[in-house]
Amino acid sequence: MSATRTALDRVTRVPGVRGALVIAAADGLVVAEQLMDGVDGRAAAALTGSLVGRLARTAESAGLRPPAFVHLRGDAGSVLAAPGPDDLVLVAVVSPDANLGLARLEMIEAAERLI
Amino acid sequence: MRALEPWVVQPLESFLAESAARLTLLMTSSGQVVAQHGFSRSLDVMTAAALGAGIVASTDELARLMGGATFEALVHHGQRQSCMLAAFSTPRGRWIGLVVFGPETSVGIVRLFFEQMIQQLAAAAPREQPAAPMLAENFETELDSSLKALFGR
Repeated sequence: MSATRTALDRVTRVPGVRGALVIAAADGLVVAEQLMDGVDGRAAAALTGSLVGRLARTAESAGLRPPAFVHLRGDAGSVLAAPGPDDLVLVAVVSPDANLGLARLEMIEAAERLI
Repeated sequence: MRALEPWVVQPLESFLAESAARLTLLMTSSGQVVAQHGFSRSLDVMTAAALGAGIVASTDELARLMGGATFEALVHHGQRQSCMLAAFSTPRGRWIGLVVFGPETSVGIVRLFFEQMIQQLAAAAPREQPAAPMLAENFETELDSSLKALFGR
């Protein structure tokens, strides 16, 4: 579990990150989370788990490898997801002014070391 | 999808569209069916309702023995399909939801939209008094009319 906490610490230290979660993609459930007030972790886990699963299946159908990083951009911010081992996914909810490049680097590296 | 009361239709339709559940059964805590989706035989509905209500009653008692509050939801994970059983409060009393879902969705999605449905049901429920409890002498007639409404025949 310490790898999970380390991953969440690394991601939430990035400026503009409003929260980070480790989720079980197939179930869409939260494994661990560090979230600011107002971020609904259960909804983020359920919807991001579904999104990552569908993107992986889409990529597979197209003969491609599953995505290594997902960036879903909205008006009020973005949701970032980095799939890791054992069906785990590292998810971050970020504000529009977040340092996306740094968040991406930290997430990809941290996701590889989950559990 | 069939419902005995029209105000249940919209919240349930919304839940079904979002969650991709295969089967859904809404019932009172005594096992009286309020709405169903996906069942083709009335016998299956009555059996599932009776079993679901029995399981919730058992887990409630188990929770009481353990000195805690009632369990929020019971999820059975299967290889090809899973099942969630959850009791919740409505302005019409305590109801139970039984949801069967496959790998095309997830327990997180089902729970998320089930909670939204509970809120929508609470908002949509008419404020007038619920119907009087069913009496033994009316039981068969009520059961027949409920099954006709739920299966359209």
